[in-house]
Amino acid sequence: MSGRIDVRKTYKLFIGGAFPRSESGHSYVVTDPKGKFVANAALASRKDARDAVVAARKAFPGWSARTAYNRAQVLYRVAEIMEDRRPQFVAAVRQSEGLTEARADKVVDESIDRLVWYAGWADKLTQVVGNANPVAGPFFNLSTPEPTGVVAVLAPQRSSLLGLVSVVAPVVVTGNTVVVVSSYERPLPAVTFAEVLATSDVPGGVVNILTGSATTIAPWLAAHMDVNAIDLVGIAGNDELAAELEVAAADNLKRVRRPPATEPSWTASPGLDTMTDFLEIKTVWHPIGV
Amino acid sequence: MTEHTGFEYAPAPESRSIVDIKPSYGLFINGDFVDGHGKSFKTISPATEEVLAEVAEADADDIDAAVRAARRAYDRVWGRMPGKERAKYLYRIARIIQERGREIAVLESIDNGKPIKETRDVDVPISAAHFFYYAGWADKLEYSGYGTEPLGVAGQVIPWNFPLLMLAWKIAPALACGNTVVLKPAETTPLTALLFAEICQQADLPPGVVNIVTGAGATGQALVGHPDVDKVAFTGSTEVGKAIARAVAGTDKKVTLELGGKAANVVFDDAPLDQAVEGIVNGIFFNQGHVCCAGSRLLVQESIADELLARLKRRMSTLRLGDPLDKNTDIGAINSAEQLAKIKELSAIGEAEGAGRWSPPCELPAHGFWFPPTVFTGVSQAHRIAREEIFGPVLSVLTFRTPSEAIEKANNTPFGLSAGVWTEKGSRILKMANALRAGVVWANTFNKFDPTSPFGGYQESGYGREGGRQGLAAYLKGGQR
Repeated sequence: MSGRIDVRKTYKLFIGGAFPRSESGHSYVVTDPKGKFVANAALASRKDARDAVVAARKAFPGWSARTAYNRAQVLYRVAEIMEDRRPQFVAAVRQSEGLTEARADKVVDESIDRLVWYAGWADKLTQVVGNANPVAGPFFNLSTPEPTGVVAVLAPQRSSLLGLVSVVAPVVVTGNTVVVVSSYERPLPAVTFAEVLATSDVPGGVVNILTGSATTIAPWLAAHMDVNAIDLVGIAGNDELAAELEVAAADNLKRVRRPPATEPSWTASPGLDTMTDFLEIKTVWHPIGV
Repeated sequence: MTEHTGFEYAPAPESRSIVDIKPSYGLFINGDFVDGHGKSFKTISPATEEVLAEVAEADADDIDAAVRAARRAYDRVWGRMPGKERAKYLYRIARIIQERGREIAVLESIDNGKPIKETRDVDVPISAAHFFYYAGWADKLEYSGYGTEPLGVAGQVIPWNFPLLMLAWKIAPALACGNTVVLKPAETTPLTALLFAEICQQADLPPGVVNIVTGAGATGQALVGHPDVDKVAFTGSTEVGKAIARAVAGTDKKVTLELGGKAANVVFDDAPLDQAVEGIVNGIFFNQGHVCCAGSRLLVQESIADELLARLKRRMSTLRLGDPLDKNTDIGAINSAEQLAKIKELSAIGEAEGAGRWSPPCELPAHGFWFPPTVFTGVSQAHRIAREEIFGPVLSVLTFRTPSEAIEKANNTPFGLSAGVWTEKGSRILKMANALRAGVVWANTFNKFDPTSPFGGYQESGYGREGGRQGLAAYLKGGQR
């Protein structure tokens, strides 16, 4: 007699807090680095991308109006749930990236720690990048950062979890909402991450995760008139596509974070630019008088 | 209401004798005025259509020479000069602008058509203040939050609405951070930039640190597209801004864009009405409405709309339109025939779409380009005059009932440069200031500018900020994207 047959998981998209399959009905085969079949993942389509933008836009007013303290707590809660599920993430990273258990363990450690780091920024960044301005007249004058809006992120292709967390957390901690396209060949940790988000007080639509091909979906996101900014790191090295996307992004003057020549090391400490690239400075004037 | 008669004003013209306009101007490259390789064009007074001077039109070779001069000055002199020494050059420039303030103001009014009252009280003093402010940053960059490393050569393209002031907004922070610049003034307003070149000579600024190239669109394209330009800064239309964003795609050039707007000026029923009327008038008729942050959409609470409009019309009847050099003039000339045609076209569309058009009785001079202060009532959000930037003295009036309706209407635009709110209730001001998606929010005031205060837009009004500490980000490696 053989043992029990295990119950496999269906890996789906994460849009508006729900887990739909691709509306296109397409999926693709995900293998481990040795080429062995692991699962079928949903292959996100143009329509899925557009649905995700709608969800992100809908979530933006509520999320950006949360207090910074509350956004910090929500992100910290995500870290807590990841810690709780760390064996699952270690396994997912090992399977996706072909790492040893010790290395995968370290990747998960750093992913959780990065979330905690960014969570803490929620109620500090305004103090660091905003300021009062001593104008030459009887006016109160204050400059503060505000989120840009809906941000599209092409997640890194190699670093399936630490890279993903490192590009999503800085965008949403300041009040933006995000549509992220996962690594094409290593999408499964992103789906597991989505399951954490779904169970950790992140409102539906704040983070939307599409598994599939960035090169296919990105042109739709770059040209989408209701997307305010785009991070191209996931197509690092593809200069031709990056230039095309930047041209498309100009139609509504999206803020574009250009890709580096190669995918960066995600273990280095991030700078504030990961957050400030997706912020607007608002300056408010009011007369002073009696 | 009895018919408004108004005061009679005797003309009080500022003398032109203080300015010395040469018959022709070359390009300012590497510290000297040189002949361009291209053609030349005429700059005229928009108030009289009189030809003021012939100006060289820089071609691609001229741009290349200017960029090479800027690169050389960056590598050999300016990029390695200690900040405290750079600062002293900028202080010198600020002082010379102050010293020659009257001359600059007259020249600006002649070439641009804006009232001397504004060039004298706004353009010139704020330009000097910008150099003064950024001079002090040059040796304090380690405290800026953006590092101390400059970008290199900046290519800067500026508009015709505030010619010298926009030059100051561009050049002062660029030089303070250790960059060198090639700047192209607008085709219709080159003269104060060329006078600024002379100021650089008087300040003994090292050759090549500032280069001024005159010309039109093709000259700007050649500058923006030059491969050895590290940074592009543009103020102007959203259409051209998008073209620039496309032109720099796939390069390493950093870009700041300060573009169009369609600002909502929101007046609640508890607003101090006389102050609000002054703010509305200043918001849309300042500088003939040639202001990217102009309060061109008046959103007034329905319950006070009739009274506010009556007061607004009475106030508009007292605006004096005419000779830009007359110190009594409130509204000067429209900057160009082209801009006048655009204002006329959009106003005609406003009428055709059913909005009510009104201007005070207003005699327009026989020569030059003029448009009376105009208000459209009964405007809906779908009307083109409520959506498109007119860039002229034309106000569209819409009404609202609740604060949430005001917010929704105010934010219903692809732009996001500025907004205004008028109310006596403090908590409502702060709520509105939070909710309005715009880079500058003026509460119980409008169209205020200061070198310490960052300026710039959300969405299609562009990206990056000019002014303030944040204005340094555009010119340092540790700054924005």
